[in-house]
Amino acid sequence: MTNIPTSIDATAAMLKGNGYVAGRDMATVVFLALKMKRPLFLEGEAGVGKTEIAKVLAEGLGRKLIRLQCYEGLDINSAVYEWNYAAQMIEIRLAEASGELDRKRMGQDIFAERFLIKRALLQALESPDGKAPVLLIDELDRTDEAFEAYLLEILSDYQVTIPELGTITAKEPPIVIITSNRTREVHDALKRRCLYHWVGYPDAKRELDIVKTKRPKASLALANEVVRFVQALRAGDLFKAPGVAETLDWITALNELDSVALDPQTVNDTLGVLLKYQDDIVRMEGSEAKRILDQIKDEIRTAAATAAS
Amino acid sequence: MMLAPSNDNKPLPTGKLAANIMHFSRVLREAGLPVGPASVLDALDAAQSGSLETREDFYWTLHAILVKRRDHKEVFDQAFHVFWKKPKMLEQLMQLMYHQITRAAPDKPKDPGFRRLAEAMFDKLESQSQRQEKPQALELDATFTTSADDIIRAKDFEQMTLAEQAQAKKAISLLRLNTRKIRTRRFQPDRAGANIDMRRTIKNSLRAGGDMITLATRERQWREPPLVVLCDISGSCSNYSRMFLHFLHAVANDKTRVTIFLFGTRLTNVTRELKRRDIDEAVGKVSTAVKDWSGGTRIGLTLREFNKKWARRVLAQNASVLLMSDGLEREDVTQLTLEMQRLRRSAKHIVWLNPLLRFDGFQAKAAGIRAIMPYVDEFRPVHSLDSLADLAATLARPTSPAHNPKNWR
Repeated sequence: MTNIPTSIDATAAMLKGNGYVAGRDMATVVFLALKMKRPLFLEGEAGVGKTEIAKVLAEGLGRKLIRLQCYEGLDINSAVYEWNYAAQMIEIRLAEASGELDRKRMGQDIFAERFLIKRALLQALESPDGKAPVLLIDELDRTDEAFEAYLLEILSDYQVTIPELGTITAKEPPIVIITSNRTREVHDALKRRCLYHWVGYPDAKRELDIVKTKRPKASLALANEVVRFVQALRAGDLFKAPGVAETLDWITALNELDSVALDPQTVNDTLGVLLKYQDDIVRMEGSEAKRILDQIKDEIRTAAATAAS
Repeated sequence: MMLAPSNDNKPLPTGKLAANIMHFSRVLREAGLPVGPASVLDALDAAQSGSLETREDFYWTLHAILVKRRDHKEVFDQAFHVFWKKPKMLEQLMQLMYHQITRAAPDKPKDPGFRRLAEAMFDKLESQSQRQEKPQALELDATFTTSADDIIRAKDFEQMTLAEQAQAKKAISLLRLNTRKIRTRRFQPDRAGANIDMRRTIKNSLRAGGDMITLATRERQWREPPLVVLCDISGSCSNYSRMFLHFLHAVANDKTRVTIFLFGTRLTNVTRELKRRDIDEAVGKVSTAVKDWSGGTRIGLTLREFNKKWARRVLAQNASVLLMSDGLEREDVTQLTLEMQRLRRSAKHIVWLNPLLRFDGFQAKAAGIRAIMPYVDEFRPVHSLDSLADLAATLARPTSPAHNPKNWR
């Protein structure tokens, strides 16, 4: 139903229409990835909306989303394809029973496509309704280098070679999004085939936009306070700064608690939604949270005063 | 070389844009970014995608193609603004830098990206001049061909003469570190393996015409986990860290997954510098990169920096840590304790190498040492060739009683 956007503005509008507030940088790189049919490699801290972009693209372009969650030891059997050994075994026994002993023919029979179990990467090369799916390879840094090397063929030529069957090529290349939390450096050979983008934390204005889009029910005053508070936290010295996902979670939590404005007690009670390391929570609890709170209330008052005058 | 297919039915780019993008890529390449011809073609393609309206769009378009690492952004940023503003300015800049280089650079530009741009070019000039000097250096090398004898092996690095140190360095460069291997989730064919490899089983049985099904087996692969080295270069152990650096050079060139940090009052990642094959070149690079040789120590503070900025990037996949330090913290040890706890939680195996173990009557009394000791798995000496050789040979084995930190508590 929807076609590939033809300009950066159209890309930004399409993303926005599906609830993703992208900066100009992100819109440009997404537009180029779609236009040049290149995989998009997104790197950044947890919770800044890397995975989200794949979901939004799938929705916005009306494509199927195929997700491959990476983990250590991920191998071809669970990522690309596997043979259905049980069925093959039976086939061999049947052939044996019927006295069929032509080795070459049997080889073709046993390693036929009907015994092939297709996993995510192989599925992504198929486009049954003429529309290639969106392939999300999530947290690539969690696998080992061996698997990375395997991806090279798929990402540059959109094809998979199965020794027993031959090469399977995609008619329509899938839209590939790769994300990484950078727990290790991904090899340059792989990055070279992709468009690279570092996804940073949004600035206050964009974060407020995101909150308004994603949590329309929250009051503007509360959203404003929350965004400023989170921004102040990120500027501070924390082990793990809260991401956008945490901001949204916090808004939801505050809404559930029927708070209309931030106060030190509520902040202390709900800090666990925002910060995920005990050291950080201990550091922020009590006086520090109150200090930041006072500071942002001051800021908001000054901003309101300048707007009024 | 394949041409980008999307170029076929479009008119060729107007001469200037193509030439400028090509020149710009060359500038980036000079500055150390891996920009190949394929990226140049891609960049041209992208620039012609027909949707560029503002300078910002153009910036992000080139950024998407030419930048492949976060650390490259700064260099790209500098180069972009210099190049696409006023092409002449770049020549002036290069000229300026050339003068600075020949006159031993009096003032350094403050911006890190700018500095790297300058250094990239400096580097090239320097290595050219080094190459010319090379033949002489090779002749000198020939005098140190005698093998290290037994006296040297047990001798404290600090008490060695220069000639002995040179011998020791040579012996060190031959050491190969065996780290302990961990079981991965990957399999490899193995006759004595415990798991059945169905794929090979079916294949093999077809070979026999399906008459007989022999089971092929496989076993888990074992692999060395990533190694992270934190080496103290403060005044109190700088003599040992200098020798240890030679050992680290051998390790860095032997293994792929190793990251090496030096710390005194601050933390410096020197992996890239140490990966140079030539030891003199590598050590030279390291000394330029590190600004706090033989200064004070702030172990707690630098560990904190490591935990915050690097731990999540380099300690994944069951990494082991080699911590080389005397553990003499000048400041309050509460922070050191906290940071050691955090390090303990993110690293699989921590080995502490302490040059103070050279003293026979060593006791773990200093506050800093007492703070680190509870969180390490092994406690080893590092003051002589023997101790290094022992480390290289036995690190892979289970902790021997002699190196158990519990002895010192």
